[in-house]
Amino acid sequence: MATAIERFDERARRTFESLGRTVVYVGELRRHPVYTRFLHWMVALFFFLALFSGFGIYLPWLFRWFTPIFGGGPLARALHPWFGIFFVFFFGLQILNWLKPMMWTPADTNWMRNLRGIVSGKEKLEPPDTGFFNAGQKLQFWEIVVGCIVFLITGIILWAGARTFGSALVAISYVLHDISAIVMLGGIFVHIYLSTIGEPGTFQAMTRGAVSEPWAWTFHPAWYREVTGRDPRASYEKAREETERAVKQRPSES
Amino acid sequence: MSDRKTLQIQRMSAHPGPIPGTGMQRDVQVCKLVDTTTCIGCKACEVACVEWNDMPFGATTFDNTYQTMPETRWNFWNLIKFNEHPREDGTVQWLMRKDQCMHCADPGCLAACPADGAIVQYTNGIVDFNQENCIGCEYCVSGCPFDIPKFNPGTKKVYKCTLCSDRVGEGLEPACIKACPTGCLKFGTKDDMKFIAEERAKQLRDNFGMEKAGVYDPESISGTHVIYVLHDATDPERYGGLPRNPTIPWSYTVWKWLFKPVLGAFALFGGLGVLLHYVTVGPRRPQPEPPQKEGTNGNGD
Repeated sequence: MATAIERFDERARRTFESLGRTVVYVGELRRHPVYTRFLHWMVALFFFLALFSGFGIYLPWLFRWFTPIFGGGPLARALHPWFGIFFVFFFGLQILNWLKPMMWTPADTNWMRNLRGIVSGKEKLEPPDTGFFNAGQKLQFWEIVVGCIVFLITGIILWAGARTFGSALVAISYVLHDISAIVMLGGIFVHIYLSTIGEPGTFQAMTRGAVSEPWAWTFHPAWYREVTGRDPRASYEKAREETERAVKQRPSES
Repeated sequence: MSDRKTLQIQRMSAHPGPIPGTGMQRDVQVCKLVDTTTCIGCKACEVACVEWNDMPFGATTFDNTYQTMPETRWNFWNLIKFNEHPREDGTVQWLMRKDQCMHCADPGCLAACPADGAIVQYTNGIVDFNQENCIGCEYCVSGCPFDIPKFNPGTKKVYKCTLCSDRVGEGLEPACIKACPTGCLKFGTKDDMKFIAEERAKQLRDNFGMEKAGVYDPESISGTHVIYVLHDATDPERYGGLPRNPTIPWSYTVWKWLFKPVLGAFALFGGLGVLLHYVTVGPRRPQPEPPQKEGTNGNGD
């Protein structure tokens, strides 16, 4: 089973690599292949389409704001389940694609204990055993996995309606569907923030697919060690010395 | 026209603001009284409903009863339900109940509806669907304790009995009332109908030996604008689809009007949180950053 998934992923990655390209300049590392980036942006597109078409139906106060975006209430209602289906479909592929790097490790447990230091900005460098994904990313990933399952099951129940599944089941699904959306809505702010202005240099990982080496040894040191064979801490110290020397050589600044 | 005031809207589904024009006039509550003890199952009301509402007569279903079809349809709003209830002595009690929208004082369909103005309750108590505002989500179906709203896949809208709001608005009685030959259907103000119903139930108890006779006007949804006189008010379930204590699912009451906005706002705090993080703690940059200037520190003070 596991090997079948790997073969499927491998083939998909090869196919997409021939369709697009990932340019890695000197001083950079390849982060995400074309296939991963394609899936990510498909998931993002349908997430927001589903989110905004759902907003109008979510709250009466939002109905007049959000349903006109999709051509009115009936069309928003008709499109929302399809947006959701595509969202779950593409994220399902992403689950297969990321199953291995998203597995929880003891390093992640340590990372979570250290969360306060990272959020407060006191820890400039991630713990040295932080791999391709850190524990925060993994947590969000698995939250979306659970959320997708909830969305899919409750969504089908709401789609078919009370005539098929009964009033009680629809009433429960209505609440669970909302909770899943609320959690994901809260999470999307953190996700967008950390991938753009919160940690500069991250966004290009999902656009061009490559990141700078300082980014890698700062945020994912164990991954840096894995792909370069160099010690992230030593690389950092070397770069720091070079920076300090360069600053000292600028007489006007001192 | 003086009767137009009966179409003053009292409640509106998913409408965030005040209801236009409320509290301007005092209106009577209308009510339909169905006396199941004098219904003979002639189905004149079914025909009158179909005729007045200009609906085609669809195929009927025979399932070894006199019932026209198993349940109401999107274009068949009035159905006499024939129920055979075995008595303790082995005989059968044949119960006929006119099934249609109950026009609840607390309508579950209206509470469930997410579309602004798709379901309204007039001040005279009639609950009406405005199909032009309906988005076809069918939440009303799950909100209704009586399983009344029916979805039309062709138009993707939901339909149900209007209590002939078009007739009532013009001062006429509903079509089913007009067609009833036995007088088992009556129409008037809620107070009058409740009085007549209670008197009839008392008559049944005192003179006809039906000790359990009573009126069905469930308190759990603040009463209905269609009330029944039942042979046995302690067991309305035997009439087929008449719950003893009809309720609205809490997902359409507490959840929708309290937790949804509160928790939704909490989710938006995620956005506020990251904004505050950016302006206080600041971003985390790839290291090393250039050395800091003298007299500043990394905490930004």
